[in-house]
Amino acid sequence: MKHFFSLMIHELRVLFLAPATYLATVMFLLLMGSLYVLILRDFSVAPQDNLPGQDFFQLFWLPVFFMVPLLTMKSIAEERRLGTLETLMTTPVTAAEIVLSKFLAAYFFYCALWGLTLGFPWLVSLWLDNAHVREVLLDKAVLQGGYLFVAISGLLFISVGIFASSLTRSQLVAGMLCFSILFLLILGPPIILGQNLPMLEWLQKPLDYLHIFRFLEDFMRGVVDTRPFFYYLSTTILVLSLSGMIVESKV
Amino acid sequence: MNNSEISIEVHNLTKRYGPITAIENIEFEIAKGEVVGFLGPNGAGKSTTMRILCGLIPATSGTARICGIPVATQPAAVKRLIGYLPETNPLPEEMRVLEYLVYRGQLKEIPRRRLRRRLVEVMDVCDLGRKTRRRVIRGLSKGFRQRVGLADALLADPEVVILDEPTIGLDPHQLLVIRDLIASLSGRMTVILSSHILAEVEVSCDRVIILNQGRVVATGTPEQLCREFISETIYELEVKGDPEALENVLLKVDPDLRSDKPWPKKEDGFYEISLKTSTREDLGEKLLLRLQDNGGFRVRSLNRKEPCLEDIFLAATKRGWKELMPQSPSGAVEDSAKESAATGGPKSE
Repeated sequence: MKHFFSLMIHELRVLFLAPATYLATVMFLLLMGSLYVLILRDFSVAPQDNLPGQDFFQLFWLPVFFMVPLLTMKSIAEERRLGTLETLMTTPVTAAEIVLSKFLAAYFFYCALWGLTLGFPWLVSLWLDNAHVREVLLDKAVLQGGYLFVAISGLLFISVGIFASSLTRSQLVAGMLCFSILFLLILGPPIILGQNLPMLEWLQKPLDYLHIFRFLEDFMRGVVDTRPFFYYLSTTILVLSLSGMIVESKV
Repeated sequence: MNNSEISIEVHNLTKRYGPITAIENIEFEIAKGEVVGFLGPNGAGKSTTMRILCGLIPATSGTARICGIPVATQPAAVKRLIGYLPETNPLPEEMRVLEYLVYRGQLKEIPRRRLRRRLVEVMDVCDLGRKTRRRVIRGLSKGFRQRVGLADALLADPEVVILDEPTIGLDPHQLLVIRDLIASLSGRMTVILSSHILAEVEVSCDRVIILNQGRVVATGTPEQLCREFISETIYELEVKGDPEALENVLLKVDPDLRSDKPWPKKEDGFYEISLKTSTREDLGEKLLLRLQDNGGFRVRSLNRKEPCLEDIFLAATKRGWKELMPQSPSGAVEDSAKESAATGGPKSE
């Protein structure tokens, strides 16, 4: 891991210079800001069962579908297309270092973008200047649980993006592949479970375990056990290992 | 060659992509400090061999060693010994030249203090001036991009430098600069250079390895290859006089001297004659003396045509084809060999 920091700094630099990164940032903040406004409007009209923060994090999948592909599709696919991956592999750098540096750079950016959304409740509570509103909007349990979930689940989502990018030379194909895998991963289990098909009864238990929204609900309620950590960390390591093997074999 | 003097050893190297054989049983050795040219038509296996030597792709069978270290089992150690310039010379477009070289130096594990010194040295050698160093790579011309690629390949002061078509797409002036640069490496570093430009290999390289259809068909210095592949010496003569008498004179000089008839006659009455002989000895002086002694002949020019690497290359690749297809019906081999030599042969990569 001698070269890891050089690679990581280079990757962060590339991310900060890429127009796709800024496009993703603007789209993400616009979308999440609008959603937050809509959630607050519902609260102002009628009493709600959940806190605004809970409703906000329930929509985590919406930005994930476009932001993760935009952040990761270029990472390996573009390097392979240009041939810079080949020159990188003629130095003593390993495929694991390359994949890990790209993954961590994109993950850092992903977390930073979500971190910016902390500004929404903070700005609203500042503007309204009401103790009760502040308590509701800045509920510590909800915010801690929500952001912890975003950080943990982001590991898997970003690794899926890196994996999709390692499979092809085309950024577009990588982006579409990433979107498809994330769609199956996030919305697949609730859709299948929602059908209540008797022939798929045997799938009930494994799908229930893979149900990402269940993890989110647990985190929001303040229930944080080792199962989601194990699930996300193990699948992330698996997907990144596969990406490393692909990079090594398909220079 | 003593083992310690050998930089690159390749034994029975074979690479197959499914049913396609890119290279088959390739064997060669390169001594330290030697500049060797890799020649071959498209799809001959030059780039495949180079990529195996760099540890980028594994060979199907056979061994390749760089400074005694096997590439297959210790690729990381080998990568510390080589500098590689790929054919397409890919560079990150958004970086500045100096930033890129510093980044590459860090990846090549060059200590910080040495890196600073090496950066100055390679940028001087590759003629990357102060202004160019600060420029974004996207805005560089092809020639400057090639120099950046070369500077990167030389940065870690490697034992072995592998250059895949380093002069492709350069203008004549840039070509001379790169050619001088490669020549300056001779004796200091072992250089493998692949090129389609035969004159360039002839000028820059101590030795030539010719590949065709994934096999080594010839190896040696241009002089050795000339002796092996070129059996005829050609003289070009411009002379005026009686053609029949001239034929007798020529036969007296060397009975093996022959030419295609009728000789083309110019408007001013001079004949342009191309004479061929298998005699290695220089017959120029003898020819001139005989033509003078016999009178009646006016010689305007006599030129002994030296065989160039192009002739050797065509002869070697033609012979390679013949060896590959010995059982073909008569004539077919000759025709396909000619076609292969002219077109570069069918692709195997």
